[in-house]
Amino acid sequence: MTYFIDRRLNPKGKSLANRQRFLRRARAQIREAVQKSLKDAAVSDIGKERKIRISTKGTKEPRFRLDPKASGEQDFVLPGNKEFMPGDEIKKPPKGEGGASGKQASDTGEGEDDFEFTMTQDEVLDIFFEDLELPNLVRTTLKETPSKSWKRAGITTTGSPNQINLIRTMRNSYGRRLALKRPSLADISELEAKLEAAERTEPQTDESRALIAQLKEQLAKANSKRKWVAFVDPIDVRFNTFTEQPIPTSQAVMFCLMDVSGSMGEREKDLAKRFYMLLHLFLKRRYEKVDVVFIRHTHDAQEVDEQEFFYSRQSGGTIVSTALDKMLEIQKERYATADWNIYAAQASDGYTQSGDARRCVEMLNGDIMPLCQYYAYIEILDEREMEVFASEDSGAELWRAYRTVAELWPNFATKRISKPADIFPVFRELFKKAEAV
Amino acid sequence: MGKPLFEGAEWDFQTLDRALKAIEDIALNELKLDIYPNQIEVISSEQMLDAYSSLGMPLMYNHWSFGKLFAREETMYRAGYSALAYEIVINSNPCISYLLEENTMTMQALVMAHAAFGHNHFFKNNYLFRQWTNADGILDYLAFAKRYISACEERYGRGEVEAILDSAHAIMDQGVFRYRRPPRPSKERVAEKHRKRAEYEDEAYNDLWRTLPASLQPPVTTASPDPDDEGGPDMKLPEENLLYFLEKNSPALKPWQREMLRIVRNLAQYFYPQRQTKVMNEGCATFVHFTIMNALFDRGLITDGSIFEFLHSHTSVIFQPDFDDRRYYGINPYALGYAMMADIRRICENPTEEDRDWFPHIAGTGDFMAALKEAWANYRDESFIEQFLSPKVMRDFRLFGLHDKADDAAYKVSAIHNEPGYRKVRATLARQYDVGTADPNIQVVGANLRGDRKLLLEHRMHRAIPLQHNAKELVMAHIERLWGHEVELTEVAGE
Repeated sequence: MTYFIDRRLNPKGKSLANRQRFLRRARAQIREAVQKSLKDAAVSDIGKERKIRISTKGTKEPRFRLDPKASGEQDFVLPGNKEFMPGDEIKKPPKGEGGASGKQASDTGEGEDDFEFTMTQDEVLDIFFEDLELPNLVRTTLKETPSKSWKRAGITTTGSPNQINLIRTMRNSYGRRLALKRPSLADISELEAKLEAAERTEPQTDESRALIAQLKEQLAKANSKRKWVAFVDPIDVRFNTFTEQPIPTSQAVMFCLMDVSGSMGEREKDLAKRFYMLLHLFLKRRYEKVDVVFIRHTHDAQEVDEQEFFYSRQSGGTIVSTALDKMLEIQKERYATADWNIYAAQASDGYTQSGDARRCVEMLNGDIMPLCQYYAYIEILDEREMEVFASEDSGAELWRAYRTVAELWPNFATKRISKPADIFPVFRELFKKAEAV
Repeated sequence: MGKPLFEGAEWDFQTLDRALKAIEDIALNELKLDIYPNQIEVISSEQMLDAYSSLGMPLMYNHWSFGKLFAREETMYRAGYSALAYEIVINSNPCISYLLEENTMTMQALVMAHAAFGHNHFFKNNYLFRQWTNADGILDYLAFAKRYISACEERYGRGEVEAILDSAHAIMDQGVFRYRRPPRPSKERVAEKHRKRAEYEDEAYNDLWRTLPASLQPPVTTASPDPDDEGGPDMKLPEENLLYFLEKNSPALKPWQREMLRIVRNLAQYFYPQRQTKVMNEGCATFVHFTIMNALFDRGLITDGSIFEFLHSHTSVIFQPDFDDRRYYGINPYALGYAMMADIRRICENPTEEDRDWFPHIAGTGDFMAALKEAWANYRDESFIEQFLSPKVMRDFRLFGLHDKADDAAYKVSAIHNEPGYRKVRATLARQYDVGTADPNIQVVGANLRGDRKLLLEHRMHRAIPLQHNAKELVMAHIERLWGHEVELTEVAGE
């Protein structure tokens, strides 16, 4: 007897457990490879599925193998002889290279130094954002008055009429009516019908008169019982009650401020965008409720949507403080500090109108830093400048100004980026999981 | 002449069934094959990759190395470097064959003839499989292994379990009994084992299992192929089965770790016959499918188009590139096996003078199926080649022997396909298929249980070929983990 079984509909991903074990096993190598492969990725490719090549270190499966190249002798047979006669000699390929005997050695674990496979977008991002987080999240909630919400807290016997719980009330009323045997309207109309029939009968006899009297009495009794056993009694009534409860907020908003003025060349803008792209992916992936506000500025700041922030071009002069103004304005309007953790990331090439840096510092120290959980400033330099400004202390006007802010506020970070390869280390450094205090 | 069973590439289950019945008719009534009942399963390409990565078995315990294999196969497949096998067949009773859903109807017929009858007959009749594997119990045993190992992971942690499995896999090739049968357990020990297994079943009892289909039920205790033994403190040395030795004698292992070594060892033993019969197994299946497909065509049951499609696929399966071809990747077992078996048929039916000299016992008998069945039942690759490789096949393949001495700068041609060379080429090729010389011969020669607990291993070198140094160091670390104390491996000159 033969069975055909259609297995195609069986659940998929049977080997998922093995895959996860493998990824965990090769974690260190994979992380390295992911970062390397993301390094030079184009802006729009960052979140895509990608091929990863890792070394087999750590995932080696060693076995005892013979090594005929080292010493000893062996005989083997090959197909496809064309011109050889017994006694002929065939020169061996130089050591270390492939050739006929190299293939026999390839399953030894020695030949396969690299191992290539494809990772899904989720897996790539998981690895990349592993042990990163928004610093100081939730602190606001503890410090400030938390926001509250009303929460159901069961049923009570007192309350305002608009909170009456009809179902519970009617259930109580029905139970009481059953227990006290309250006559229903149907019972009454049945009695009335009987009475009417009795009164109609002709001729009236003593018997029928007695029946009529009895029925009248019953009807009167029923009617009075209906009066004293009320349909809904005050003791039936129940009310919903609510209590106030503080809600823990871990809502966060990230302000992304980007300089798109003329002094930022295409290269600088591209670097800044990459940084924000990464930030955006990170927030979307790790936090359910993170609002992102995109602000770009020249001599004038605008709030824009994601699409425009990343893909549109604009140019003009540079006044950095306009972006800070805009940020404060939006924050006041939409993001109360009581409910929101506020973060900001700013990218600029460090040039602004003279005197504006001072204004920025004032705004930061006075208004912005008290609101913010964390403020990251990324300065984008070209590589030549990076050499000139090798020391942390030297730099353009904005950089020097911001250094003073950083000294005052521990949650203010400044970093420099000069090439795509810097983005990932800097990003990781800025959002490294804090050591437990 | 019958009406064709199918036309075109599309297939459905009725067509499969019709084709299977026609194939079965030929296989059982004409070729008189002796098979396990068939169970044929249609699977998708993803499931085929799954099956690849779990050593071709329908269920397997979890381990990262299978995930690695899957990742590699998937990448190769997606990039188009490698096509998937058309089928996978499992040595079990009933014999399970997987058909890939993407196959055309012709391919499905070919695959059914190949796997469900060719491989199936070989599994049921070859002496190695009959003696060393237990087709009835393997799926139950795997189900047990999978559950046992995942229970261990839960109880002792994934890292612990993974470490033991890593180490056990490293010496899996040294985990088989090559020459003697695994020692049989005595009656009392069997009883004791059943009691222990029953205890385990009690502990692991979960009412949910009851709701699963019968195939997934927990294993019944008696069916598992579980060669157990005497053992204990009096070790019998030397011992070639390292896994067995460590399982019984390691001072460092806990009972559950020993059970895991046993699982790996049983798997290794289960796969051991397959490694020794690649050429014969594939040759048998290929010969059977070729014979059956042609018989179907002769009866008018498949169309001209189908037979051409079949021939195209058949010839690419048995293609043997020359040694200097870019595509050369060793001798193709399908090609060699099929060529030898087709040649046995020729020798039986149309022998030449040469054949009468070389194979007097079969030449001209006419009954090629009897000769083939005898060969399929009683030989493995090495002995089959030694016995049946004919001068004609050697000439067709243009086989030649090379002598390779590590210190020399050149290989020496030792023999070619000519009168003085036939026997030498044949003997060399047969030796090449002897798993006993291809695998290093490593034995436990001593273990000091009272003193420093040092374990002594010996590699008896065949023709002075040593072990690969790097791999050796890594494997030694694994053995030390299992033994718990120092392990020393010496390489000595062999016979």
